[in-house]
Amino acid sequence: MSNAVIADKRPSSLHGARLPKWSPYAIAVGSVAVAIAIGLGAGLDSRIQWGLIAAILFVLGTYGIAARVEGSRQAKDRIATSLVWVAFLLAVVPLVSLIWETVKRGVKVLDIYFLTHSMGVVADSEPGGGIYHAILGTLEQVGLATLIAAPIGVLTAIYLVEYGSGNLARAITFFVDVMTGIPSIVAGLFILSLMLMLELQPFGFAGSLALAILMMPVVVRSTEEMLKLVPNELREASLALGVPKWRTILKVVVPTSIGGITTGIMLAVARITGETAPVLLLVFGNSFINANPFEGAQASLPLYIYQQWANSAGNEAAYDRAWAASLTLIAFVMILNLVARGIARWKAPKTGR
Amino acid sequence: MAKRIDVSGLTAYYGSHKAIEDISMTVEPRSVTAFIGPSGCGKSTFLRTLNRMHEVTPGGRVEGKVLLDDEDLYGAGVDPVAVRRTIGMVFQRPNPFPTMSIYDNVAAGLRLNGSYKKSELNDIVERSLKGANLWNEVKDRLNKPGSGLSGGQQQRLCIARAIAVEPDVLLMDEPCSALDPISTLAIEDLIGDLKERFTIVIVTHNMQQAARVSDRTAFFNLAAVGQPGRLIEIDDTERIFSNPSVQATEDYISGRFG
Repeated sequence: MSNAVIADKRPSSLHGARLPKWSPYAIAVGSVAVAIAIGLGAGLDSRIQWGLIAAILFVLGTYGIAARVEGSRQAKDRIATSLVWVAFLLAVVPLVSLIWETVKRGVKVLDIYFLTHSMGVVADSEPGGGIYHAILGTLEQVGLATLIAAPIGVLTAIYLVEYGSGNLARAITFFVDVMTGIPSIVAGLFILSLMLMLELQPFGFAGSLALAILMMPVVVRSTEEMLKLVPNELREASLALGVPKWRTILKVVVPTSIGGITTGIMLAVARITGETAPVLLLVFGNSFINANPFEGAQASLPLYIYQQWANSAGNEAAYDRAWAASLTLIAFVMILNLVARGIARWKAPKTGR
Repeated sequence: MAKRIDVSGLTAYYGSHKAIEDISMTVEPRSVTAFIGPSGCGKSTFLRTLNRMHEVTPGGRVEGKVLLDDEDLYGAGVDPVAVRRTIGMVFQRPNPFPTMSIYDNVAAGLRLNGSYKKSELNDIVERSLKGANLWNEVKDRLNKPGSGLSGGQQQRLCIARAIAVEPDVLLMDEPCSALDPISTLAIEDLIGDLKERFTIVIVTHNMQQAARVSDRTAFFNLAAVGQPGRLIEIDDTERIFSNPSVQATEDYISGRFG
């Protein structure tokens, strides 16, 4: 008898009332419908307002319904979940619309001709021309900046993690932090002042120097974090075999973290690829092909986009070129990120049997 | 070529904290010496002073003498790298290099220290893996990553890696504490084989293990938490476990302590 009572009681204490699985979708659809109704009724023009109303209705509606049906703890859980979803959508909407807009406008003039020709004989107001000179300039400037910043950054990080202690390491960490906060225009002005002192004309490598200043702290920080992830046991295992410290770092520590270091460098490259301000000051822009980064003005992709937009306001052909160049720039950065991920996966410590 | 270790008046610090104080003992060649004692009594610290791994820890420093066949490891001009080549070490947790294959793990100590001919390396790798009782299990997959092995196999891989450089002494810091009983038995058997060629020092929390594998046993203890650890006594294993001369040892091994 008493057993039966317990058996009857138990499920009821473990099973509370639950909303059906489809309820979040239903609430979402409902809140969007109500938001549209409110928007139309109140005569709100902006779709953004509609979306925000829908988001607020969704969060409040979820909480209200869940609190009534499931109780307050589940309602809190649901409100947290719905807030995360709303935040996710708020973050994704601008991203998707940006990519959508760039692709839509960019593909108009983006073709092989556009990628392989310069603006040399084309006036900004005319259709035609291309971005070959800008791609070349970006590749050279960013490549040179990486050649400067990546080794210095990685070696600095190795010093900080493996050797550094005391005041010097603290000072370096502090200055790296300060460098992280340097606005790109200030880095550009710094090199510009050097250039003026030496009475030089704008050239690509000057831009590389400014970009290297911006890139270095990012590389140091990311490499530092990656090296710290290498377990101390591996260092000790190597040292206990009688391997000198420098060889331990070179053959055990760095190979173990090379995937992460590469990713960090690639992300830093992606960051400086989009920099406009220092390039504008130091490289100046050039509508002809100049393959020599050490002499004469060069173009670069972000600078090209800016100049196409700024120098020919209201001109359809120039706008189209600016959008196509933007698309190329996004694709370039994305390819870099994919390459970085590929390298990270390829170099990651293997776990297979 | 096994060597004798003579320690006299050894004190080790972490920064200003004194971890072990005034330890003197002799470790006989071609024998197994076990260190037992409660956690935090400085067994591992003392073990790490024997191949100068203690000073790898930031703030670690040592006073006193460690003689390896009459040569002071802490003498002026002694290269710690050379000391570690002579005195190998196996750690508590198996730690094969994750980027390297089984073959490369065993060859790591040699490769990283100089260049060897391919055929020579092949011989050494095979000999070391056989010495660690691992050859039959891995001979068909030498190029697979070492981290894919089981825990017990990884620990034997680490032993193979340590003996590949032909050290005189092998230090083992709780080599079986992360392993199951079968892998533990495999490693204990291995220790029995290895003592023909090496001087072995093993730290263990398992007193049965100390009784099974060692010839001599040293008991460490600390007066109180925060006090430095000390060597209470060292004697033949049989004597320590049947008739120790210090009461504290008897309390510890009979479980009437801590």
